[in-house]
Amino acid sequence: MLEYDFMRTAFLAAFLVAVVCGPVGWFLVLRGQTFASHALSHVGFAGATGALLIGLSPLTGLTAGALGAGVLMGLAGDRVAGRDVMIGLVLSVAMGAGALFLHFLTHSASAATALLFGDILGISSSMLGWLAILSGGCLLALGGMARPLLFASLQPELAEAKGVRTALLDVLFLALVAIATAECAQITGVLLVFTLMVAPAAAILRLGLPPFVGLLAAAGLAVVEAWGGLMLSWQTDYPTSFWIAVLGGVGFLLAGLVASWLNGHAQQAASDQAGALDMNDL
Amino acid sequence: MSIPALDLSHVTLTRGGQTVLKDISFSVPPGSFVGVLGANGAGKTTLFRGLLGLEPAQGGVICVNGASVRRGNRSIGYMPQMRKLIGGQLSGWSMVAAARRGECWGLPWCGAKGRKSVQAALEAVDALDLARKPVATLSGGQRQRLLLAQALLDDPTLLLLDEPLASLDPARMRETALRIHTLARSRGMTVLMSAHDINPLLGLMDHVLYLARGKALLGKVEDVLTTEALTALYGAPVDVVRAGGRVFVVAEGGGAILQPHECLGGHTHA
Repeated sequence: MLEYDFMRTAFLAAFLVAVVCGPVGWFLVLRGQTFASHALSHVGFAGATGALLIGLSPLTGLTAGALGAGVLMGLAGDRVAGRDVMIGLVLSVAMGAGALFLHFLTHSASAATALLFGDILGISSSMLGWLAILSGGCLLALGGMARPLLFASLQPELAEAKGVRTALLDVLFLALVAIATAECAQITGVLLVFTLMVAPAAAILRLGLPPFVGLLAAAGLAVVEAWGGLMLSWQTDYPTSFWIAVLGGVGFLLAGLVASWLNGHAQQAASDQAGALDMNDL
Repeated sequence: MSIPALDLSHVTLTRGGQTVLKDISFSVPPGSFVGVLGANGAGKTTLFRGLLGLEPAQGGVICVNGASVRRGNRSIGYMPQMRKLIGGQLSGWSMVAAARRGECWGLPWCGAKGRKSVQAALEAVDALDLARKPVATLSGGQRQRLLLAQALLDDPTLLLLDEPLASLDPARMRETALRIHTLARSRGMTVLMSAHDINPLLGLMDHVLYLARGKALLGKVEDVLTTEALTALYGAPVDVVRAGGRVFVVAEGGGAILQPHECLGGHTHA
């Protein structure tokens, strides 16, 4: 399958996106902000359809829409009461606006499907360039702020006391999530951002790996699931997004099984040790 | 005379626009073990946030080790009140290590020096075994030990511990208080430790800092915990009752102001 140009492009695009989605998702799941990424993708949808309407590339609109919403969400912070309701409202207004923009577009049906469910096989080489730039930027930014972000996520009060600028990190992180979401939507579509952004990261977090290893493993698993989805799609002719979603679910379940097996093992070892100590006492 | 570990003169602290502590002044000598007492909302957490530079003083001067207060002071170890657990899947080690120079930019990576300092902090609170397990599987008391290890990471000279005994059973309360006391003595640290109940701290405190009605009273236990002193502080009749080697602070009407182990369910008067 790699003899075709569009497949090579697809594999490369999947890699560029997954390698960002994994670690960004790791922090999202850790911080319990997965819903935010879902909402950002919906705002991005309005941005993308709006961009199509005025003749820009959907990626531009997606990124701009999600980034704007992400920064606003970060600035609002926890101060807004009924935050979940507000996110839900913004989300539905954005989707509504997207529906309106689609209504004005002449080739709306194919554009809508591509945006909602992804169109990895339709990625052009110029878009690949943009994805590379965005991914590189995201990874650099994440690499720069991962340490204080981890501290602020786990222990907000202590981090604040030690001089971490938690409010700034909130905004920076959501901006990062917005860009990663926009990239991810190119592959999985707006509706299935969860599959690549959250599923691999949540699976890795279940294993309880140390943060640095966990971030790398989340990136690795996201790439494996994205590539696996592409290969299965090639074999079966089913949509790539479907297979990535399935692999995400399977990965999460398997990680749960591995985690409980490991825990059982650890407890067994602990009780064996305790038994041995008892024997020594005798 | 040595420089006081803490020196507050005419300090007013607000939280969310409301004045919590008004025109308070006190001075804590270095190496002192201070129990910070007061009902819910009396300003214990606000005072700590003020000392950490997180709540700017509306008036007056706060000095820590002779220098004016600033955020991110590494000579202060802080243990916030226990809260909802985030990242319970991570091991205790990862949790503590995240706080080691966690304010620096870069990757979450501990070098050899960092690992050594995490190891030392865990050893100091006897939590090396706990550190291998996921935090979510630990009990409240075990998690408190990890938080204490975090507070010790930068070898602070001043420890601010916000309700470290909350959610512990009575036996563990005394054990934890003793552990903290021993640690502080061996390292010459000054400790401010807030508590709901004075009894687990009896015999350990050099001073007690009593907060009520926006005011603060610092002194020896036998001077502060008297019917006269507390009645003056509260501006209302308060009785200090000693029974069975314990101290109870009771307001008129029968409510306990400081609730022994929070299990008597008395009304809290502030």
